[in-house]
Amino acid sequence: MTLLRRGRLITGIALLLLGGVYVRALVFTPEERLQGLAQKIYYVHVPSAWSAMLAMGMVGLASILFLFLKDMRYDRFASASAEVGTAFSLVMLTTGPLWARPIWGTWWTWDARLTLTLMMFFMFIGYQVLRGAVADPGLRARYAAVVGICGLVLLPFIHLSVYLFRTLHPMPIVLKPSKPSLPGSMLETLLLSFGVFTLLYVGFVIQRYAIGEHTHDA
Amino acid sequence: MGELVRHAWLVARKDLHLEFRSRTAITSALVFTALVLVVFEHGRDPTAVSTIDLAPSILWVTFSFAGMLTLNRAFNAELENQALDGLLLAPISRTSLFLGKLVANLAFVAVVQVTGLLLFTLFFNVPVWTVWAPLVTVMILATTGFIAVGTLFSAMVVRTRFAELMLPVLLLPFLLPPLIAAVEVTAKLFAGRPLSEVAGWFRLLAAYDVAFVTLATLLFPATVTE
Repeated sequence: MTLLRRGRLITGIALLLLGGVYVRALVFTPEERLQGLAQKIYYVHVPSAWSAMLAMGMVGLASILFLFLKDMRYDRFASASAEVGTAFSLVMLTTGPLWARPIWGTWWTWDARLTLTLMMFFMFIGYQVLRGAVADPGLRARYAAVVGICGLVLLPFIHLSVYLFRTLHPMPIVLKPSKPSLPGSMLETLLLSFGVFTLLYVGFVIQRYAIGEHTHDA
Repeated sequence: MGELVRHAWLVARKDLHLEFRSRTAITSALVFTALVLVVFEHGRDPTAVSTIDLAPSILWVTFSFAGMLTLNRAFNAELENQALDGLLLAPISRTSLFLGKLVANLAFVAVVQVTGLLLFTLFFNVPVWTVWAPLVTVMILATTGFIAVGTLFSAMVVRTRFAELMLPVLLLPFLLPPLIAAVEVTAKLFAGRPLSEVAGWFRLLAAYDVAFVTLATLLFPATVTE
């Protein structure tokens, strides 16, 4: 099976499972007492944020590997990951305000995580704009790797500075030192969704990578 | 090590010499800074917002824009007659080339910032003299790491299409942490708060500088190796 077909297969399975997540979240998971239906968006918003950050991490990692090993495959992978990351960032940045409007009473606020993810989105865009502006593939790969690594190092600083500044975003309820503070069935749905979004990331990146292999232009 | 510093100094001196002879960039940067301050003054409603509330933001947005504009200069000058190739052929390490460019950029920005601060004091009547030492410290800390990333990126973008627009698009996210910290510290200083309240911000700025000066120095060779 070619790489492209394998990517399509994984994406197909992930999309089917995503349908399952929707059904499970809407029908079989209890409604949150205070937020009501709005809380359901949580099962899409948080996993897409996870996939976007995974994508950013992978861009950084592939960039480091590229600069050390000078293997164009890492560059192609970084490029694919950045593109997929942009898509997941967009999902995160659209679902967030949809939830925030009824719950916080505002579409947007300059909270630590919101600022961080918006900047991550801009960095994905900047990364790709830069790639588009360099014609020579070798030069493009090196430039992109430099920006990818810097971006990865920047993210913790943005988070820390905005966090010190002001925060309104709900505090972590799963990944924290004590036990997750949400009911078991909600946690299961969320974890399932995390798995599905990770699979979606893998499927998309494989497909994008395979396309890049054909065009020799990514 | 001594060699590295000596070569870096030679590169920096060459850049500053070049600048001192023509004075085009520095004059434009200074006029630009003054004009931005004037525009800011007229871009607010004096009856609604008092100067002291807006002063830290005005100061730092002005510094940021001025810093960004000056960054294009460093490697633009090397484009003519393939001067960069000549520099790369010279028997000096890539690291000293980067550090030289960084030092020249920092000197350039320092001149712009000091002049900007004087004009700012003049225009906005803010009590700068009572807090000049911590203010200068925060100016140095907030500028160094940012200019390091900027110098690194400017070496790349001069050889791309739309260089003037590309640099801000790539660089502005990197401005965010130092900008937030600098504005917070400056506001606290102008309000006469004790230094202990801003110690955390100073630490953040110092960590940012160490991280990005190191990273930019390490990554620079990858941007120029042919």
